[in-house]
Amino acid sequence: MGQLFAVEIIYRGVFQKTLAKNITRGIVLAAHNEGKLGISFGRYGDSPERNGIPAKGFAIVAGDEQALEAGMAQYEPKAVDVTVVLDDTLCKGTESWAWYGLRPVHAALKPGGTLVVVSQLDAPTLLKVIHKRNESYKLGVLKGVTSFSGMWIYKDDHTDVRVLGAIAKALPQLLGLKAVEQFISEKLESTLKVMSAHSAFERFSAAEVKPGQGSADPLEHYTLPRWHEMRLGVSIKGQPQGGTFEDPITKEHGGFRPARNERFKKYSTRSFRPVVNFKTCTKCTLCWLNCPDGSFDVTPDGTYNANLESCCGCGICEAVCPVEDCITMVNESHFHGNDSQWVNFKKDQDAYLKWLEKTIETAEPFEQRSQGFRYRGQYQEQIPAALEIAKKG
Amino acid sequence: MTTTALPLEEKKKTCEQEALITGAEAIAVACKLANVDVITAYPIRPYDTVMQYISQLVADGEMDCEFIVAEGEHSQFEIVKHASACGARVFCGSSGVGWMYAMECLTVSPALRVPMVCMVGNRALDDPGAFGVEHNDALAVRDLGWLLNWVDNGQEALDTALIAYRVAEDRRIFVPIAISCDGAFLTHSQALVKIPTQEQVKKFLPRYDRGDLLLHPDNVISVAPQANEDWVMEIRRQNFAVTERACEVIREVYADFERIFGRKYGNPFFEEYMTGDAEVVLLGMGTMSTSAKVAVRKLRAEGKKVGFVRLRWFRPFAGKEIANCLERFRAVGVIDRDFSFGSPDLSGVVATEVRSAMYNNASTRPPVLGFICGLGGREVTVPDVKEMTDIIFQAANGKAQPLTQWIGLRG
Repeated sequence: MGQLFAVEIIYRGVFQKTLAKNITRGIVLAAHNEGKLGISFGRYGDSPERNGIPAKGFAIVAGDEQALEAGMAQYEPKAVDVTVVLDDTLCKGTESWAWYGLRPVHAALKPGGTLVVVSQLDAPTLLKVIHKRNESYKLGVLKGVTSFSGMWIYKDDHTDVRVLGAIAKALPQLLGLKAVEQFISEKLESTLKVMSAHSAFERFSAAEVKPGQGSADPLEHYTLPRWHEMRLGVSIKGQPQGGTFEDPITKEHGGFRPARNERFKKYSTRSFRPVVNFKTCTKCTLCWLNCPDGSFDVTPDGTYNANLESCCGCGICEAVCPVEDCITMVNESHFHGNDSQWVNFKKDQDAYLKWLEKTIETAEPFEQRSQGFRYRGQYQEQIPAALEIAKKG
Repeated sequence: MTTTALPLEEKKKTCEQEALITGAEAIAVACKLANVDVITAYPIRPYDTVMQYISQLVADGEMDCEFIVAEGEHSQFEIVKHASACGARVFCGSSGVGWMYAMECLTVSPALRVPMVCMVGNRALDDPGAFGVEHNDALAVRDLGWLLNWVDNGQEALDTALIAYRVAEDRRIFVPIAISCDGAFLTHSQALVKIPTQEQVKKFLPRYDRGDLLLHPDNVISVAPQANEDWVMEIRRQNFAVTERACEVIREVYADFERIFGRKYGNPFFEEYMTGDAEVVLLGMGTMSTSAKVAVRKLRAEGKKVGFVRLRWFRPFAGKEIANCLERFRAVGVIDRDFSFGSPDLSGVVATEVRSAMYNNASTRPPVLGFICGLGGREVTVPDVKEMTDIIFQAANGKAQPLTQWIGLRG
């Protein structure tokens, strides 16, 4: 039996669905130029037609048909040679939509495999949030702006071919640069893209991450119940009503916090998070009313606090808030942890407002914060800057 | 008895009454006795007779329930499904394509553990539009976790409806039950039926208790969430457990029925008629038993030792008991008032199930012949039964016969 390789692409539902598919297809077609066989597919259960959900795409490449069949004789590869992360905020971990707890981003990566992250941050910064593990692996950053687009519209910013170039560097046994270049010039018919793949290959490098190196943030474990332990009637315990909660300073109870599903926290669905200015909040209720997930707690002060266990980062609150800079969506990679902003505000208002000002400064302009497609010509405007950053590598 | 001295009203309360009613009416009376809370209806012949009788009972003030006429069968079954989840005892039903129109709800109800009791007034599936009886409507849910029963007279219809509530609402079961009544032959023909007293029924049928599955603000649950491949198989296994237990529970309930009402059904799963010394038997479901029994008596007068087995419970299919019963005979003929196009041996549904049940008794099993008969409400006549009996006798005597034959067809 011949060689067998598996690559997984971890991406965000809707915004990167087409991109992930292009990459897995590219891997298979490029490897085929070297006489290898392969298949590419998306994880069926992910339902990646939902905004921002962590989802996976796979490419299996084999030396011969028997090896390919061995790779296909399962739902999806359980151990992969390369894991590509298309949005660096996913480095904090991923949850499948059925939620069995937060999984490390490298959960399926073989010992010694390579984790490729598309990011503008450097490896040491990423390692602050990537969970530590017992086996060593390699980590490489493919410098670039996170490529987000819409369900039906693709942002052709060369991320697909750049990732192919990086994979050729990380695992030359899977596919060589020549095969990638041949695929691009024959199938994508773009000399510019050949150049992008080539320069990504040249610049990409991965360094070893030693056992135990990385974030010590706790992971949650969940054991699936046996059939006779499950409730009957396809029913699950619902949530109680919720109620008031404590002001950390005055110790008085007030406001309203709905009880939320303990088993479904949405940390990893978020690529942006709202930061709230409780000082300028006019208590207009619009964020609370419009949040599709009911993620806002009504504080005892009557202001609204985005509960980060529940927020999936859609940005609707920012869009409906009538006060300038009262709610701002900021890239998730700037944050560590999910502490309550309101509690921090109550503890030290001045420090919080200073932190808020600094944090808002790091936010991209509103138009670019969009994960999707907002107006005609948007991508044409964004692509040159993205390519510039990519070129600098 | 000396109850004649009692005033009529008092007598009605304390003594069993006898009434000349149709099979559909018998079921309506059972609904009244079972104190059903929510009933939905949508007219389709022959099921609509039961809603006529129930609406009459409600209008006359004899029965207190929510009686909802839905805008179609799909809603009809959805309404009772939800009412049942909220703790109401419910009744519903349909016929033919009406039953099929409700299929989505019929499919989900067993997994949701909704112990609704339904009547299927068996009717041929369109097309062609036809009122006559065929069993394919109720049989369409045979693999989905429903319990299915066929009755053949008004008394059995009434009794089985009470039994069905008791079985369905047993926490070990908690799945829907459909009682099939042959269109016209049972739904529309009146016979003398003994109506038990409310006191007896109260003793037999405890309150419907949904326990922790009750959909109520005080018991906050979420029903039917989306589940991926990590959950579905376990949920199916839970319904499988119901079928493992069903025969035992049904036996228990029939024994208790006999204790309280004094009417004896013997083996709950099938009725044997003149099988004691029979050499061959016919097996079928529903009202065809009438002509089958008449034919059996005539054939016996001619010296032919034939018997009849009438299947009551199709789900659960009491396979072992049926096989043990049938292997006593030299040949078996199964009369299907249904079709299963393209099935093994091109037989009907019941013949295929019977053969499958007998497969394990390899050394003792007799030949099993399938007959398709009485489709679309065509009579299963006494000559038909005689013809089938002749064919089985030939098989019993070693003369090979086709495994499936159409009887009563203009050839």
